[in-house]
Amino acid sequence: MKRLLAAGSGAIYQICKAFRNGESGRRHNPEFTLLEWYRPDFNHHQLMEDVATLVNSVLPKPRAVEYLSYGEIFIRHLNIDPHHATALQLQQCAKQHHITDAERLDLPSKDGWLDLLLTHCIEPQLGQNHLSFVYDYPASQASLAKIRTGSPPLAERFELYLEGMELANGFYELTDADEQQQRFSQNLEQRCLQGQPIVPMDKNLLAAINAGLPDCAGVALGVDRLLMQTTNTTEIDNVLSFPIKRA
Amino acid sequence: MASYSTNEFKGGLKIMLDGDPCSIIENEFVKPGKGQAFNRVKIRNLKNGRVIERTFKSGESVEAADVIETNYQYLYNDGEFWHFMDPDTYEQVSADAAAVGESDKWLKDQDICTITLWNGTPIIVEVPNFVILTVTDTDPGLKGDTSGGGGKPATLETGAVVRVPLFVQIGEALKVDTRTGEYVSRAGK
Repeated sequence: MKRLLAAGSGAIYQICKAFRNGESGRRHNPEFTLLEWYRPDFNHHQLMEDVATLVNSVLPKPRAVEYLSYGEIFIRHLNIDPHHATALQLQQCAKQHHITDAERLDLPSKDGWLDLLLTHCIEPQLGQNHLSFVYDYPASQASLAKIRTGSPPLAERFELYLEGMELANGFYELTDADEQQQRFSQNLEQRCLQGQPIVPMDKNLLAAINAGLPDCAGVALGVDRLLMQTTNTTEIDNVLSFPIKRA
Repeated sequence: MASYSTNEFKGGLKIMLDGDPCSIIENEFVKPGKGQAFNRVKIRNLKNGRVIERTFKSGESVEAADVIETNYQYLYNDGEFWHFMDPDTYEQVSADAAAVGESDKWLKDQDICTITLWNGTPIIVEVPNFVILTVTDTDPGLKGDTSGGGGKPATLETGAVVRVPLFVQIGEALKVDTRTGEYVSRAGK
């Protein structure tokens, strides 16, 4: 889609299947449906409002919207500053909050500990009676988002939570081809270290960004999970025709 | 040594944890939008029956436990061990008191039990949900009483004591629910 944007498509969307090998559970299925859209000249804040409007038009009862920074949610729920705490402090925090195996787990980076705390202690509390957007992630978790310089530098991306479940993941898109290439390289190094299969670098995407990706924000929204919310079910299998167990 | 990766985790899978065989009760996969995924798992320790929660990094692997469940026929108790036989191969195993536990009071010769074997040794002995046992002792009942009113204790041939209706007599065979320890009905001979 970014290649289309670079070719001048303007605002675009698609609903399509996405695949994640090995991911299955109450909220995950290896094959799932994403609604993805891009808005030229939007930043991630404008796109969050766009997402809220869409989701509220689909939910049986529209909800109040709240916008919380990544730093705020850690301070509110765990009283720890995620941007300045060390991996060791985060591990201590996990122990204090009785996450089993916090002592034993061998996580490769500080981000691993942030992810552990986020998924175990914070996520379940997000999106209760609200649409909760979390934005401004640590720069180390930027993925394909722009990084805003500052102290600390922050990744301009967001996630939407509803009833403790992540529903969408959005980015103020990185438009700098050199930076993009660097992130691809870093990602490959990490995959190499973690023993994951190595994937070829997406040369066509790099060429498109180089040719000029317009300033834009993009988001991917889990359609199955939205269906779970509108049909009031907690199992993704209930909204799929052929979940992996019956594939 | 066989092992399982976290993405093979599911209810019923038998794994080794801290040296004990365990069975997975529930496996929850959690993952932030981007980043490290975890498996939050509820596990029953098969040796002591205790349920614990554990957290694994997705992709970690865990040693598999050599645990199988099969049907064996109860033979006899020699005072220390309870002996069982595979009805197909006639192979015998002996279970200790820890494995037999509460099942002891429902064990009758020749009944078929489900035995959980770990490395070939019984660690859990489960009796059928319903067993038929003969009453060896109870107070004489009054004629005309129905199963609805009151009740009295009765000792069964295995030593178990259950509450039975007043009309039940010594020598009668009863159907008993071993999960609740309750009388179900009289069993015709």
